[in-house]
Amino acid sequence: MSLESATIKKIARLARIGLDEAAVTRLQAELNGIVGWVEQLNEVDVSGLAPLASVSGTTLHLRADVVNDGGDREAVLANAPGREGPFFAVPKVVE
Amino acid sequence: MLTDLSIAGAAEGLRRREFSAVELVDAHLDGIEALNGRLNAYITVVADQARAAARQADGALAGGDVPVLTGIPLAIKDLFCTQGVRTTAASRILGNFIPPYESTVTANLLREGAVFLGKVNLDEFAMGSSNATSAFGPVVSPWTRGDGASLVPGGSSGGSAAAVAAGLAMGATGTDTGGSIRQPAAFTGIAGIKPTYGRCSRWGTIAFASSLDQAGPLARSVEDCAILLGAMAGYDPKDSTSADRAVPDYRSACTRSLRGVRIGIPKEYRPEGLSPEIEAMWESGIAWLREAGCEIVDVSLPHTKYGLATYYIVAPAEASSNLARYDGVRFGERVAGATLDELYENTRAAGFGAEVQRRVLIGTYVLSSGYYDAYYLRAQKVRALILRDFTEAFEKVDALLTPTAPSAAFALGEKMDDPVQMYLNDIFTVPASMAGVPAMSVPAAVDAKGLPLGLQVIGRPWDEEGVLAVSAAIERAAGFAARPTLRAGVGA
Amino acid sequence: MSYVIEGRTGPWEIVVGLEVHAQVVSQAKLFSGAATAFGAEPNTQVSFVDAGFPGMLPVINEYCVAQAVRTGLGLEAQINLVSRFDRKNYFYADLPNGYQISQFEQPIVGTGKILIEAPGMESREIGITRLHLEQDAGKSMHDQDPTRSMIDLNRAGVALMEIVSEPDMRSPQEAAAYLRKLRTILRYLGTCDGNMEEGSMRADVNVSVRRAGEGYRTRCEIKNVNSIRFVSQAIEVEATRQVAVWEDGGVVDQETRLYDPQRGETRSLRTKEDAHDYRYFPDPDLQPLVISKDWVDGLRAELPELPDAKRDRFVAQFGIAPYDASVLVAEQANAAYFETVAAGRNGKLAAAWVTGELFAALNRLGVGIEASPVKAADLGALLDLIADQTINGRIAKDVFEDMVETGRPPGEIVASRGLRQVTDTGAIDTAVATVLAANGDKVAEYRGGKDKLFGFFVGQVMKAMAGKGNPALVNEALVRALAENV
Repeated sequence: MSLESATIKKIARLARIGLDEAAVTRLQAELNGIVGWVEQLNEVDVSGLAPLASVSGTTLHLRADVVNDGGDREAVLANAPGREGPFFAVPKVVE
Repeated sequence: MLTDLSIAGAAEGLRRREFSAVELVDAHLDGIEALNGRLNAYITVVADQARAAARQADGALAGGDVPVLTGIPLAIKDLFCTQGVRTTAASRILGNFIPPYESTVTANLLREGAVFLGKVNLDEFAMGSSNATSAFGPVVSPWTRGDGASLVPGGSSGGSAAAVAAGLAMGATGTDTGGSIRQPAAFTGIAGIKPTYGRCSRWGTIAFASSLDQAGPLARSVEDCAILLGAMAGYDPKDSTSADRAVPDYRSACTRSLRGVRIGIPKEYRPEGLSPEIEAMWESGIAWLREAGCEIVDVSLPHTKYGLATYYIVAPAEASSNLARYDGVRFGERVAGATLDELYENTRAAGFGAEVQRRVLIGTYVLSSGYYDAYYLRAQKVRALILRDFTEAFEKVDALLTPTAPSAAFALGEKMDDPVQMYLNDIFTVPASMAGVPAMSVPAAVDAKGLPLGLQVIGRPWDEEGVLAVSAAIERAAGFAARPTLRAGVGA
Repeated sequence: MSYVIEGRTGPWEIVVGLEVHAQVVSQAKLFSGAATAFGAEPNTQVSFVDAGFPGMLPVINEYCVAQAVRTGLGLEAQINLVSRFDRKNYFYADLPNGYQISQFEQPIVGTGKILIEAPGMESREIGITRLHLEQDAGKSMHDQDPTRSMIDLNRAGVALMEIVSEPDMRSPQEAAAYLRKLRTILRYLGTCDGNMEEGSMRADVNVSVRRAGEGYRTRCEIKNVNSIRFVSQAIEVEATRQVAVWEDGGVVDQETRLYDPQRGETRSLRTKEDAHDYRYFPDPDLQPLVISKDWVDGLRAELPELPDAKRDRFVAQFGIAPYDASVLVAEQANAAYFETVAAGRNGKLAAAWVTGELFAALNRLGVGIEASPVKAADLGALLDLIADQTINGRIAKDVFEDMVETGRPPGEIVASRGLRQVTDTGAIDTAVATVLAANGDKVAEYRGGKDKLFGFFVGQVMKAMAGKGNPALVNEALVRALAENV
């Protein structure tokens, strides 16, 4: 399957990475190379197989319902590039 | 030279007060001072903090019984969050991020008395096999091959490998997602182990691909790796994929007898056109293990050839989601935009380098509506086959022996035009990552140009001891003594 | 008569399904140890996990899992012993990780049901499709600054249950009844406080219309409606809009809409085409969630009596009408109050007093039953005074009003105000004689055949006795006195 430049733009938009036309052209070639290469998996017979999402083989361990984290607003906000008082600030979102 | 000592040897020397922790740390800081300008191994050096920790270690040593790593100077891959010390993942996007917490792995090392010299370079977000994708510039290998070209140290733990090989640290933490500990270890003539998935906590380590990422040590000997791994590993309730298992005595495993141990030689690791030098090294390894009492068994891992393609779907898919949090809102770099979406797009376009952008886009593509089944789901199924290959092989053998990488270190700039060519570096290391099994690279030979080559030992799940035992036997038989051109106190 | 919309071209039936987001009652968040309390200072209940900091990992809260299972049991639903968490990927300022951890493919609870009832409506079963656990997002505030939105992550990571119904509802009333019943069940279980004003229960409403006998037509989703009343209104206006679209020869687009209660209309929430590719995939930070049958059985054994069971028991045990029973069990506190009042007494009378006098008084005072000035034991004592004929029903109402005002026990009121019923036949006969003597003309009319005047005499005698006469004895005495003088 070959990726059109529109597809590159669509996934870049989904991934929120701004691309100029030159980048789209470059990435179209690179991504087509990679996608074409991974399509070798089409020759594997995977019928009847369950997908493997994790190799750890364990199941989820459960935490007690205890408040033992949070409560340090300064630490949470200390690295924020657009802090405003007790908030993170971003350009206004119009709904 | 203090910078030539092993961790085991240095710990002994410190206990006997042959030298102080301050002297040991200073020797390394001097080396960094002299060589880091050329190697670019360290992104951040914390000299004052290291000296203070060394003084504290000396105090503890004077008091008697101390933990195993007391006073041992280490380098920390800049993917582990270190409280109060800038952590970059070698990316512009993290800006001046100062973690308010310490990763579990580094906290475990500190608990054992280790002294951190600084944060070492890597491929951006650990995505790469050459350490050329770092926003802080490439790491240069301390090894040279006579043509004047700067060589890559491998990646992604390239700063860790270069620092350890050049004597700028006694050991280092690394992370391995598809070979990021083993391949740079092989390229720089040192040892490195990726333990079983779930052995080391991932908490506080910046994620690349969560179902694959594992921390592990790089050091100049198998025993040193065993000591470091013993300190790093352990159950962590803060990581839901961490295994609730006791950590064995890895160090004692290094001297275990190999009599009767069955070693599998997978035929699929001998692709068309494999370099004769690699093949010769592999044959030597087989001979050494036979001499050590091992039984050599031919095995087949039929889906090996699909490992890389599977990896290059699964890892980018997870990465595309893991890296969504770098959005310029709560931490890290922000590039302004008129709207929130523009802010995101500007920040992520400027903050992520080319390789990271490529992988995030590939990952987004394979998860997107209409393509999920064809790529991601299929890859997860092939992954099940790769795991089955290993499970079946380990019914016949106790460990597998393969080369670590298809070639010795290449020069900066080589293989860099075509991403797929670069990805092929990981062909021998990726399958063990996909299966989550432990694997180690141990230096075994030098090629005709004098560059190190590594052998890979792959073990059963949770059997790091077996991997260390086999690797230690190879190390003893190989008598690998080559050292890089540039190293502390020598090449400056 | 079922609900229809009379269009220009004939009647249309409506089809409604609901997706309810119910905030789980728990101390800590679903995947972090930060607190969940409502109304805290901004960003004070945020862990680094909630804020999506590098290297942070989720660890699931056992109690939240138990709450989801308990809710599933309360909905008589299938509990899935193995479930899984997936990531739903999208960018938004109050979604710190760039993904929400949810359950897409394998939810913890499968199909179940809810029985709904309303006055004048037969009770009906509404199917539950599934219930899954997921994280809430933070809050964006758009009105604090002219150019910027402010982000508060206190709510980010709080556990939600998304409860999805089948498209089984056929009227706005049924949808409202469903929500009320769901809220009742959640409150009985203590798994969600059901407070729609604080946003701890929110509904997405799927609406379509069709001709009788047709399959489903395209539906629209009305997002985030935050009161039961608005849900009913939104369904009505949206269904009416769709009927108009179809009748004008148009096509209803599948889309997300918002209900504007001020204007009484829904409007399209136009989002860019690609905004909806959520790229769900299994969260690699979380293994499958595996729970044991024994654990589920343990939770089942400790479930409280649920509203339907309680209603059936009230009907059987107290002999009250099913509808009265449903009214009483709608709130757990009401049901408990009623049980205290009815215990060992006449259940019908208890139900009449609780749903009648008491609810009216509480309504007047604007307080809930927890704050009732009349305690259940005191109302019971009042019924006892009626039963043992210490007071009659009319006086009882006076006593009750006094109880509402003063909070005093009924016995004390009766004693201090001398309201004890008069059963002394001599006193009654005297009062009867006086009344008859004073109303000679009426007596003559009565004897002339105007039977209806009997009530007048009763009233006059009671009045003469300040309401305290025993009604039965007064009747007897009157019958006797009016007959005697023939």
